[in-house]
Amino acid sequence: MDDLITYSQQQPDVLVEIRDMYFSRGGRPIFDGINMDISRGQVTAIMGPSGTGKTTLLKLIGGQLKPDAGTIKVDGEDVHKLSHKALYELRQRMMGMLFQSGALLTDLNVYDNVAFPLREHTPLSESMVHHLVLLKLQAVGLRGARDLMPAELSGGMARRVALARAIALDPQMIMYDEPFTGQDPISMGVLVSLIRNLNTALGLSSIVVSHDVPETCSISDYVYSAGKVVEHGTPTQLSASESPWVKQFMGGLADGPVPFHFKGAAIMDDLLQGGVK
Amino acid sequence: MLSHFLQKLGHRSLSIFARLGRASQFLWATLLAMPSVLLRPNLLIKQMYSTGVQTLVIILVAGVFVGMVLALQAYIVLVDFGAEESISLMVSLSILRELGPVFTGLLFAGRAGSALTAEIGLMKSTEQLSGMEMMAVDPMKYIIAPRFLAGIISVPMLAMIFMAVAVLGGFFVATDMLGQYEGVFWSQLHVKVDFYNDVVNGIIKSAVFGFVVVWIAVFEGYDCVPTSEGLGQATTRSVVYGSLAVLGLDFVLTAVMYAV
Repeated sequence: MDDLITYSQQQPDVLVEIRDMYFSRGGRPIFDGINMDISRGQVTAIMGPSGTGKTTLLKLIGGQLKPDAGTIKVDGEDVHKLSHKALYELRQRMMGMLFQSGALLTDLNVYDNVAFPLREHTPLSESMVHHLVLLKLQAVGLRGARDLMPAELSGGMARRVALARAIALDPQMIMYDEPFTGQDPISMGVLVSLIRNLNTALGLSSIVVSHDVPETCSISDYVYSAGKVVEHGTPTQLSASESPWVKQFMGGLADGPVPFHFKGAAIMDDLLQGGVK
Repeated sequence: MLSHFLQKLGHRSLSIFARLGRASQFLWATLLAMPSVLLRPNLLIKQMYSTGVQTLVIILVAGVFVGMVLALQAYIVLVDFGAEESISLMVSLSILRELGPVFTGLLFAGRAGSALTAEIGLMKSTEQLSGMEMMAVDPMKYIIAPRFLAGIISVPMLAMIFMAVAVLGGFFVATDMLGQYEGVFWSQLHVKVDFYNDVVNGIIKSAVFGFVVVWIAVFEGYDCVPTSEGLGQATTRSVVYGSLAVLGLDFVLTAVMYAV
């Protein structure tokens, strides 16, 4: 807690500020008073095992879910105190989000998907939209795929199209939800370099939620780990961490503080029951 | 045992009321989003095509056959009393007052309602709705409201087409098959069928059915559990609840319009 405060004082340019945030779902606490600072201009990774609420955290930052207690500020504005209209304005101005599935609109082709936010939010002429769409598609290397329908794209291509759509309105921040999951090595490499390069080239701030340790560490400036923010630091600091939780996760060890066996009765008792209830 | 039963009963009622509450909130949000549909008429037209025009074939076919069957049955009953010239009256009154709106409502729930639920539910489970929200495009305005409005406009139109086609079906059976004079058929209809009492009331009924069926269909999709199982259940519920609502409301409306 103390070191977090000093950290945010050292880095005055905090884009997302989470303070004492509690969130539970179905009676199970997911976040238990976490604090987090996400700096402008950096790639910040949030890593942790599945089911620790990483995607939930992105939805909380994006205002799609409401915390039980605590505040989340994006660019100085408390996301959950905004009116419906102000929240949509904040999203339009600040946020892009890349969903795990891509979340492309299935009834529109690639071109129209990328053009969608431009047509909805800007008064630009069709020829201007055309230029912008082609430039965004060029940035992700899919200008030639503009006439394909989402169903015709591979998983990696769909995510790249979704990325082009996410940067269409030039947001200040992009949230990536598990961008590497289920990708072959080539698409994974493409996405890794895209996230890093776009962040630098467009002066973005990126939040990457992932459990792919080496890929994520290779591109991030700062890393938070696990559900309750067990530890944070630069990738090198985290790899050198003494915490058994972090060690198990970063090293991919099968057993440790996160047990291999799901919680249950002792095996002897279970077997001796002999299937009789 | 008893306390367990009471507990379950209470739990179940609570969840039903919670759902009703969500459905009402959803309806309110949809109505608030309606005006924005007028700014994007192309969305509405597209939805009217997929909900209305694509339901037309089943409405036409069902209408013709219902009218023909009614005329045959009417003849079989009425001929014993020497009243077979009243075929047109029996056909047109049952079609206009009851069968037109009810059949249209049921067929719409089965053909378009299920498709609406499945489409919206799939959009939810593939994160398209969340994706839109994060792009600062309100799915209520872009997805829900156009579909809702398209359904509300389409159903009365479909019902009118059903009624017209069914009466024509009855006409062909009465004249070509049973040898009735055309003039007898039309003059009975002309004299005994009242425009406001029969035709307009039928259209009002169909408008109410359309509203309820589309509301149920769209809500079930939006509220579904985003898994393949949840989506299947939501589609089933959409058709079952939609059909039951049509039948139940038909009784209420008939009571209000004709009996009170």
